[in-house]
Amino acid sequence: MSKVDLAQFHKAFHEESLDGLDAMEQALLALDEGADDPELINVVFRAAHSIKGGSATFGFADVAAFTHVAENLMDEVRSGRRPMEKAVVELLLRSGDIIRDMLSLQMAGQPGATAESQALLGELSAMVSGGAAAPAAAAKAAAPAEAIEGWDIAFRPFDYLLKTGNDPARMFRELEAMGPLTVQADLSKLPLLADMDPSSSYLSYTLGLAAGAKRAAVEGVFDWVDGDCDLTITPRMAAAAPVAAPVATAAPRAVREVATNSEATSVRVGIEKIDTLINLVGELVITQSMLSQFHDGVSDAQLEMLRQGLAQLGRHTRELQESVMSIRMLPISTVFNRFPRLVRDLAQKLDKKVVLDLRGEGTELDKTVLEKIGDPLVHLVRNAIDHGLEVPAKRLAAGKGETGTLRMEAFHRGGSIVVEVADDGAGLNRDAIVAKAVQRGIIASGENMTDDQVGELIFEAGFSTAAATTDLSGRGVGMDVVRRNVMDLGGTVAISSKQGRGTTFTIILPLTLAIIDGLTAAVGEETYIVPLVSIVESVQVKADALRSVVGGGELFRFRDEWLPIIRLYDVFGCDGTRRAIEDGIVIVVEGEGTRIGLFVDELIGQQQAVVKSLEANYRRVAGISGATILADGSVALITDITGLVRMQGRRKAA
Amino acid sequence: MAKILAVDDSASMRSMVAFTLRGAGHDVEEADNGRAALDQAGVHKFDLVLADVNMPVMDGISMVREMRTMAGYSGVPILMLTTESDTNKKMEGKAAGATGWLVKPFDPDQLLATVARVLG
Repeated sequence: MSKVDLAQFHKAFHEESLDGLDAMEQALLALDEGADDPELINVVFRAAHSIKGGSATFGFADVAAFTHVAENLMDEVRSGRRPMEKAVVELLLRSGDIIRDMLSLQMAGQPGATAESQALLGELSAMVSGGAAAPAAAAKAAAPAEAIEGWDIAFRPFDYLLKTGNDPARMFRELEAMGPLTVQADLSKLPLLADMDPSSSYLSYTLGLAAGAKRAAVEGVFDWVDGDCDLTITPRMAAAAPVAAPVATAAPRAVREVATNSEATSVRVGIEKIDTLINLVGELVITQSMLSQFHDGVSDAQLEMLRQGLAQLGRHTRELQESVMSIRMLPISTVFNRFPRLVRDLAQKLDKKVVLDLRGEGTELDKTVLEKIGDPLVHLVRNAIDHGLEVPAKRLAAGKGETGTLRMEAFHRGGSIVVEVADDGAGLNRDAIVAKAVQRGIIASGENMTDDQVGELIFEAGFSTAAATTDLSGRGVGMDVVRRNVMDLGGTVAISSKQGRGTTFTIILPLTLAIIDGLTAAVGEETYIVPLVSIVESVQVKADALRSVVGGGELFRFRDEWLPIIRLYDVFGCDGTRRAIEDGIVIVVEGEGTRIGLFVDELIGQQQAVVKSLEANYRRVAGISGATILADGSVALITDITGLVRMQGRRKAA
Repeated sequence: MAKILAVDDSASMRSMVAFTLRGAGHDVEEADNGRAALDQAGVHKFDLVLADVNMPVMDGISMVREMRTMAGYSGVPILMLTTESDTNKKMEGKAAGATGWLVKPFDPDQLLATVARVLG
């Protein structure tokens, strides 16, 4: 007998259940919007059905019991006994949430049932016709076997029985295993050989089993041919009186002890990505063997071959790197998928009508970025529905359709991913925001501020508190948190708003966190890397384009603006070899919409840098976002442009 | 050792069945819906087929019905993997030509015992 450890399948079961729940939720939302497609109902049913079957098999009894009732409800809908009405959708949506929670609990080795799940189970059971749920299969009443000496069996297979893959001989062998068996075959129906169909059954049998086996065991042999034969099973009784029937006990399957193995995160990768990798590695092996012939030295004639080989090696290494990086990339739909539900629930709660328009769901992002972008997006969407979009009456009064549109869109732009959250609501309330900012001491007055500048105010820490939102008809629930979260991902968030027309938040994210394209620059003995995405231009500044300001700041003229200069050796406390601005190079960078110049000794070149965390290996340093290892083995620090811009802002304010 | 086809849209179920049977020395192929199973059956000759009932693309019952018309499959045992809520499916499966069933939840030992019983 096997000793198969079922725990090894738990993770796969959990993941596929989560997928099933997502599919179920999407189908429910579509049904809620009036979609009339029987396949949607099947999707919901199948999800519940699979989770029930799997959870019972893998020992998650609580999930199985709960899902059983949800499945019953779905079965009523599927078989047409119950319309797919709002209340059903609502209950099933909530059930999906609970099943998700229960699965996590059971995966962690805890009981899945909670007060919440029990309450919802009650609601489900009440809805399912027939009232109370009857999850456990009725235990088969076991007949007393003690008094039975044997069995007489009359068995006449119908002619098609052999075609079902059932073989009487096999069944007889099974009976024989229980005790001495006699078999008599009745050949009277056997036709002439010429008329015989070899896959038809012509015989009937009289069997005698001389053993006191349990009725269930004897019947079990014929279980599969039930309905495909005439069958009578009669016990041979002993003279003794039968003893009292034992009480049937159907002990519930105990919840399996789950080892709480620390949740190793995994990525599911499309097979074509793996194939590309395998191909590339294959190419690499070929190049390697080609190059290995040179290990005894290279003749002049072979030099060109060596050069080609090295070029090929370089190309394959680069492709391999890209390919490996792409394994971490997942479509943003994995994050977008949760919004239809959120938007529906919020709109319902606030009595607003909202259509969610999702675009660019196939756009791929680094898994780490995806995991962390969800919360900021939820925040923006909540705000858009809560504060941006108006109630139907107000929209009609403003000459708009009563249903508002919320657009979430992801797309590539340059080396970045742009995610926009746009509503066609009322737009920012400029006056309210300015008043609040003045009251909070963020600005002195709103005069001469552009709309975008006013919009920026809502990202200021301290602009809003929970209490402020109730009396402010604009936005601003913790937008500083949103900005901080996005910045932690190396991204930026900007707002643009038109009075009466709506508001758009634009989040710009790096494709990946693991590698950046950077410009390497020397400052004394040190090498710094400036991310290419932040660089506007690198310039040599002539003395007549320089100006000092009161308080020690330096400005230089860049096109028509005067920009502040930050001397990197000053900020990072190292020795720059060049002191005069006109002797070195100024790299013009932009962060959060503000431009500054970084003064360095000289530019070294451009390169891709594999980002290593400084925080994990040392500690957080202001103005530095990470470190990388250069080709010669030395360490270069990667500048954090947003941080430097802010530092400059504080210096100016001081 | 027998050549067995395991058909289930749930990857965890399928791998549990396949892993258990392979552990007992059987040669197991997998398919994630009825259509894929029929394709497999056209390529290999299986001694036993284990199929889930509820699957996308093509369900288990339609699969049995079609498989029974394929050359060499009229007498091959086909077991349906059902749940106790599928009692009416049992009869439907049987009418389509299924040999028998295995009621979920089952554990690996039950699976092996049933398979041994069918393979004789």
